[in-house]
Amino acid sequence: MHEMSLCESILQVLEQQAEAQHYHKVKTVWLEIGALAGVEAEALRFCFDIVMQGSLAEQACLEIIEIPGQAWCLPCADNVAVQQLYDLCPHCGSHQLQVNSGDQMRIKELEVE
Amino acid sequence: MCGVCGCGEGHDHDHDHPHDHQHPHAHGAAHSHAPGLSPMRMVQIEQDILAKNNRYASENRRHFGEHGILALNLVSSPGSGKTTLLTETISRLQNDVAITVIEGDQQTARDAERIRATGVSAVQINTGKGCHLDAHRVGHALETLQAQNHSLLFIENVGNLVCPSAFDLGEAHKVVILSVTEGEDKPIKYPDMFHAADLMILNKIDLLPYLDFNSEECIQFAKQVNPKIKVLSLSAKTGEGMDNWLQWLKAELALQRIAYV
Repeated sequence: MHEMSLCESILQVLEQQAEAQHYHKVKTVWLEIGALAGVEAEALRFCFDIVMQGSLAEQACLEIIEIPGQAWCLPCADNVAVQQLYDLCPHCGSHQLQVNSGDQMRIKELEVE
Repeated sequence: MCGVCGCGEGHDHDHDHPHDHQHPHAHGAAHSHAPGLSPMRMVQIEQDILAKNNRYASENRRHFGEHGILALNLVSSPGSGKTTLLTETISRLQNDVAITVIEGDQQTARDAERIRATGVSAVQINTGKGCHLDAHRVGHALETLQAQNHSLLFIENVGNLVCPSAFDLGEAHKVVILSVTEGEDKPIKYPDMFHAADLMILNKIDLLPYLDFNSEECIQFAKQVNPKIKVLSLSAKTGEGMDNWLQWLKAELALQRIAYV
């Protein structure tokens, strides 16, 4: 979904940080993308290359660190691994799960010069 | 070519070296990767990709809080009956509470015109190529609308069950509208939206006798994705179930008047 506008947001952050952190070229971007964030990694890579063209991050490498989905199961009173938002608890089969990790999308760090 | 992993010929490689900060860089320190190349260094960013949208959303939320405005973000697929639900809701409520509307569509001002025909103020946002409203554009619409204190603001998002789920507009609640003509499995096909919503409205229930739609199964799917979601079923056209929805709105308006410390 909306991977193009996500990439435009990433570029804005890179441009803002360029002034603050004194760099003029971005070589690698590390993103943390949760498995439940609704972001399609391949679509993101595709859009990333297009959006970064002609910018300070042209031809930059995109590295995606995937964060596994995790939820708190109310009946089990424990954290369980989930692959998708509508997964049932793998232990008790309950759907009373509250996602507590794996829905983030963050720019983690950059390699710059 | 990337100095770390040597990639650079497209991004379709499937390497499996660790990406979890075991790469051998002294973070923050300038160092050369190879003789003759300019020094490269690592910069910690730790910023949400949607941070900018979320800042605008917080600003909108602060505005709503200060003025006691109940803002609801109405989301659904195209054709679920959002605009008809709105015009029917407005005609029943506008003598009790001031109402304003922000209409989001890719193109045309047709929906805003339908809303204005009821007598309330509406601003149309055309997103053009965009698939969702963002908090920044909603903030500007608020300047135009000049909503009264203790009023009700409906934000009718672009008809799309995917993208608007990720964009906080500063609303008190996302309300997802699903019509019974759409199929009961929408909540598990588009889980992000049903996960993000606090209330689901099952609309067009007057058509149930003519369809194979299984309401119970649909609600079960919605609760599977979001155990806390509340569900109302109604027909904006015949008025069946509208009282429940109006009661919910009045209760939320009352909650919005509470000044928490």
